[in-house]
Formats: sequence, structure tokens, C-alpha cells
Amino acid sequence: MSWWLPLKGSTFAGDIDGLFLAILIITGIAFVVVELGLIWFVIKYRQRPGKKAFYTHGNARAEVIWTAIPAVTMVALGLISNHYWIRIKGRDSVPPNAYPIGIHAKQFEWQVTYPGPDGQLGTADDFTVRNQLHVPVGRPIVVHLSSEDVIHSFFVPVFRVKQDAVPGMDIKAWFQATVPGQYELGCAELCGMGHYRMRAQVFVHSPEEYDAWMRQAAQEAKQ
Amino acid sequence: MTSVAATARVPHAHHDDRSFIRKYIFSTDHKIIGIQFLFVSLFFLLLGGLLAMQMRWQLGFPGKPMPGGGLLPETMAANGVILPEYYVQLVSMHGTFMVFFAIMPLLVGVYANFLIPLKIGAHDMAFPRINMASFWAAFAAGLLMFASLFVPEGAIRSGWTNYAPLSARPDLSGVTTGQILWCVSIVVLGLSSVMGSVNYITTIINHRAPGMTWFRMPLSVWALFITAILAVLALPVLQGAAILLLFDQTIGTHFFDPVAGGQALLWQHLFWFFGHPEVYILILPAMGMVSDMIANGSRKPIFGYHSMVFAIIGIAFLGWLVWGHHMFMSGMNPTLGSSFMVSTLVIAVPSAVKVFNWMGTMWRGNLRFHVPMLNAVAFVAMFVIGGLSGIYMAATPVDMFIHDGYFIVAHLHYVLFGGSLFALFGAIPYWFPKMFGRMMSERWGKVHFWLTFVFYNFTFFPMHILGMAGHMRRIYDPTQYEFLKPYQPMNEFISVSAFLLFATQLIFFVNFWWSLFKGKKADLNPWQDNGLEWSLPSPAPHGNWETVPRVYRGPYEFSSPEVSDRDYLPQHEKRPTDREPASATAPAH
Repeated sequence: MSWWLPLKGSTFAGDIDGLFLAILIITGIAFVVVELGLIWFVIKYRQRPGKKAFYTHGNARAEVIWTAIPAVTMVALGLISNHYWIRIKGRDSVPPNAYPIGIHAKQFEWQVTYPGPDGQLGTADDFTVRNQLHVPVGRPIVVHLSSEDVIHSFFVPVFRVKQDAVPGMDIKAWFQATVPGQYELGCAELCGMGHYRMRAQVFVHSPEEYDAWMRQAAQEAKQ
Repeated sequence: MTSVAATARVPHAHHDDRSFIRKYIFSTDHKIIGIQFLFVSLFFLLLGGLLAMQMRWQLGFPGKPMPGGGLLPETMAANGVILPEYYVQLVSMHGTFMVFFAIMPLLVGVYANFLIPLKIGAHDMAFPRINMASFWAAFAAGLLMFASLFVPEGAIRSGWTNYAPLSARPDLSGVTTGQILWCVSIVVLGLSSVMGSVNYITTIINHRAPGMTWFRMPLSVWALFITAILAVLALPVLQGAAILLLFDQTIGTHFFDPVAGGQALLWQHLFWFFGHPEVYILILPAMGMVSDMIANGSRKPIFGYHSMVFAIIGIAFLGWLVWGHHMFMSGMNPTLGSSFMVSTLVIAVPSAVKVFNWMGTMWRGNLRFHVPMLNAVAFVAMFVIGGLSGIYMAATPVDMFIHDGYFIVAHLHYVLFGGSLFALFGAIPYWFPKMFGRMMSERWGKVHFWLTFVFYNFTFFPMHILGMAGHMRRIYDPTQYEFLKPYQPMNEFISVSAFLLFATQLIFFVNFWWSLFKGKKADLNPWQDNGLEWSLPSPAPHGNWETVPRVYRGPYEFSSPEVSDRDYLPQHEKRPTDREPASATAPAH
């Protein structure tokens, strides 16, 4: 059991984790200041016989300070976040050379369509595998997400990627895996009673391994 | 004897010859209506908690027979083991009951009704009959929702957010009657909310006592006023959406069904356009009442009263511009994501202003830790955690990882339980004497507070860690996932803490009922407060005042140098230097 984020398995996982850490530091400071302040006040100003509270209705300068500091911090955080957001999810964020994979979600499985040896989706050599997502390491992948029935959500924790699959929409999500290995893909949007078991295996292969798997799987699909 | 007692002209406000039914059942008295809301919504709070306990059993001990699970029918549990189709009902109905039938009516139904006329110096609401209708509509809505648990196929299975097309297609969700009941109940509940809100708004605008200017109103009244405006604008949107959903389910329309040309995301836009203002409906009244309790407990005027008012207005206004942050991962245009992120982050500013002003109020105070004060300070401490954890979700790239996971479950419970419910655990004993004429036990109140505070944090804080691990929400059995298996001990810890948290509420329950009959008799003004309600006997009589009081100052004049023999100065107490309010001499309307 880890007390931190999972393994960084994609190119933008580091950016997202870095942003998480930055927010943790900012909110951590605010948390400590407020909670310690409260504890301090609770002890220091507790009721004592004969004491009278300090009569004041406030202080304009204090209001300005504690309005301005959060305002500046939040706008700055928004600008920084947006920088990453545009790179990760912006409309033009999908790298042009990304390798296409089709994922069609339905209650309660993932149908993964591979482009076959020609590397193009929508051609005759495409083939589909249930609940197994195989990707080559070090190459941007663009997932074409669609749904058969209800809303599902494509979620691979190690890639830090999440995107809803919405019926009637064709949504692109991209990532680039960095660490070969075997991981899990889960559904993150309640999609019915079988939501909890709508999972798939994710295999990140070296390029050679991926090519070998592709040849073999394409062969099996033909039969 | 204090001069409060001396100046209050109370003995018999109205000769009360109403029958039992008109007095306690079909009453038009705002106080009785508030108390009716209190009993009904406490029942739903208990029910919502009971559903949560079953979820926690399944999450902590998946596949093991639940104690008492044998009592459930075969459609819910097999040999005591909760079934997945029942689990998704538990998830959906826990949220539905807590949001619509527990927290919202506890804050608004109870305290808008009970407090507004008492705090602004009115005999009753502007439209007492509409007010009565508002309660009975809410009661009917509650019965319909409650009934959905017992119909064939059970209640809804698509979360309290009831996302289409799952909710719109019985063939995909596996539930027909429950879905229909949900929609009808929500439409009726919305009606109740609109009737109530129109009443609160009108009453506050038109029925303030002479001298009760806008900026002499207690922050609780300000918060309830702004909340009523939010409700009257937001609930009809939900009602409209629920009606469309009902049509999809019953008469074959396809508003939300893309197969026939509908739009799946339309439901989410409508739901969250209501849903985010709803979030503030669920916290603003709590903030207002906490302000009253903290000023009282600190024996100091509220620090930055005007900032507090503008923060409430600011939160409410911004609350309309942030609904898209629930949809960052929905396939909505990512450029919209950017603007919704900025508006969401900006809403942290008025929230921070409120927290600092509560701290400013306590600073150099003379803090009395009565039970309401303890809970109010805990509210601030816990709301801060819930507010700060919201920033993680607001930052869209981070949201991509934690969206729809346990981090957000932790976040929303820090706001709704740590925030709203702690505020209520303060507000209930605080105004209990004015409702029932007796005090709740302070000693048992403190025991309840400390145990709740500890078990609450044990229950919800570890959920942040689960969320960081990638634990999805609303899953029946986390051990299905290899990467979640190592977290099972944490899930067990959370479940045991949740059971203890639930058991602790028994103390509150017993204290409440015991005090109702055997509690210490309450004086006029047991908390030595300045509000107008404390000039009335406990419990406050029908019709409140014979002649409405006149108001000479703001509600938070604690430790004023004007008085030396005590540390509070009621709003209605005339000092030699005070002039009569101008409106008192104006012709009556």
C-alpha cells in the first residue's frame, strides 16, 4: 500500500504529479496556517473570568490582504494548470504521428480495435480484442473512444489518463506509455450493476514485442 | 436580572385556540413547519446513514455476509451478501436522500422557516399557507422516494446524479418503477423548494421589523436569503430535466438517447446547472448559522460583517458559472474546461475570505465552548479541508487523474458532513430552546461532538489516499482490481470507523429525544445572544410578538463598550442614545 500516487507510466504523468505536488504545497500551507491559527486561538482566547473580548468590527486592510493573496494564487494556479491542460487535453494536443487504437465501450466490457499491420484504423486488416489493451512503449497513442449504450469512462491510473466514452460521440484521448509492463484499465463512470467488473488488462510492450504480438494477434483474428 | 428580561413584553402573544390538527399537523405557523421539517429530515438523515453503513460493509468486507443481511429480500442480498444491483441502489439512494431529503431540508426547510421571521421580527411568513403546502409537498416527495426502495427492481441504479442514458433506458439500467418514482419525487420536491423560497424572499424583503435594515440582518438571514434566490432559480432547471427524463422513460421521447438523435451530455449540463448552485444551497445556510454561533461563542462582533455578506453574494453568483467542472472528463470542449477551471478556482477567494473572517472573529475573543461553538469551530476546521481539496479537482490536469474517484468522495464529505452537518450539530442545540423550551444536554453534546469529530476524520480522511491510488467511486467490489487489493486494509479501517461514527449518532439521537421531554427548562436567552428571537419566551409563542420589536443596532454587538455590566447588547434594546428607527413612524402597510 502506497501513500502517494501510483507509478508514472506516461509522458504527462510527471507533469500531472508535479502539479498535484504544487497544489499540495499551496493547500498544505493554507491548511497549516488556518488549523494552527484555530488551535492557537482556541487555547489563547478561551474564556477567563473577568475578561472582556476586544471590541472590533474588522479591519479593511486585513480584508484586502486576505482577499488579494488567494485571488493572485488561484489565478496563477489557473494559468499554470491551463498550460498543461492545453498540452494534454487541448483540441490540438494529439500528436500528429499518434498510433490509432479504437475502443468501444459497452456494458460491461472494452472492445479494443487495433489498426492491424497497416497502422490505419478503418481498413480491412483491423481486428478487435476484448478487454486487452496492448500498446508499444515510447510512441504516442490516440484512442478513439465510443460507447455502445451508456456513458463509461476510460481510466488507466498509471497513465493518469481518463476520458468518458459517451454514446453518440467519438472522442479522442491520447497518451504515450513510458514503462513496459502490465497494468489495469477500469471504468470510472457508473454504468450499471456490472460497473465494478468492467476492467481490462493493459500491456505496454517494447516496439519489437508489440510488432510480434500484432502479427500473431492479426493472424489469430483472421482465422 | 438582565435588562433583556425587563424590556421584553411577552407574556401572552396570542390567545391560541386552534385545534390540535391545525396547531401541529396542518399548521401555518412557520415555527411548527420548521419543526415538522426537522423531524422528517432527521428521519431521512438516519435512513441515508443506514444505507451508507451497508455500502461500507460491502466495501470493507466484500463478499462476506452482512450482519442482519439475512433480513433483506433475495433481490437485495443473497444469504446476507449484498448483490451488485443492490449496491448501486445504495450508492444512488444514499446520495439522493442525503442531498435532497436530509441536508437541504435540514438547512433550508428547518432553519429558513424557523429563523427568518424570528430573526427579522415578523409575526409569520408572508404566505403562511404556501409555506404549509411547501412542507407537505416535501413530505409527499419524501414518501415517493422512500417508496422507490420497496417497488419491484428497487430504486434507481444510476447514482444520485442519475446520468442519462443509463437513467433514461430501463433496458440498460434494469429498473423501471424506481426511475419513474425518482423523477416524480424530484419534481414534487422542486415545487416544495420553489414555494418555500418565494416565501423566504418575500418575507425578508417585506416583513423586516422597524430598524431591521439590510445590514443589520444576521448573517444567517443573509445566507438564507441568498440561498432562497439560488433555490428558486436552480430547482426549476432540475424539475425540467427530470420531466424530460420521465418522458424518455415513459412515453418514448429521446431527449437523452443518442441512438434516436438525443444528447447524452444534455442531462449533465442541465443537472449540473442546477447541481452546482445546489452545492451552495447545501453550504451557505450552514455558513450563516456558523457565523451567528461563532460571534456568540467568541463574545465579539463578526469580523468584517460586510465582507461576509459580499462573500455570500459572490459565492452565490460564481456558483452559476462553474457547473462545467463536473464535466471536465465528459467530452465537453476542452476550451470550455479552461474557463470553467478559472471560475472554479476564483470561487475559492470568497470562501477563503469567510474562513479568515471567522478566525478574525475568534481573535482576541473570550471564547465560550458551548456545544454550538464547538461544532461551529469544527465546521471551520473541516470546511477548510473540504475547500482546499476542491482545488485539486478544479485544476483540470489533476482532475483527469482524480475525477470520479475517492478523492472527490473525501472532498464532498468534508464539505457536506464536515461542513453542513457539523453546522447542524451546532444549530440544533443552539435553537433547540427556542423550538421546544428546553435545553439539550451540554455534557452529552460534548461527548457526541468529540467522538463524531474523531470518527468522522478516521472515516473520510483516508479516502484522500484511496483517491490518490486511483480508487474509483461507486464500485461494488474494489478487490476486482489488482492495484486496489493492497488498499483493502484501508477500506476496512474506513468501514470500522464509519460504523463507530454511525453508532456515535445514537448519543445525539438519545440526547435529542430525552431533552425534548426531560431537558432543563430554558430561559428567555440562554446563550446571552443579541438576536430578536431571544426576546421571546422559550418556546416562542404562536404569532411571535404581540407588537413587533424595534431594532436599534446590528446583531453582533458583543462586548460593546456601551454596556459595562454584561458582554452583549440585544438588537431590540433601546439605549438612551438610540433614535427610533425611521420606518417605525411610517404608516403601516
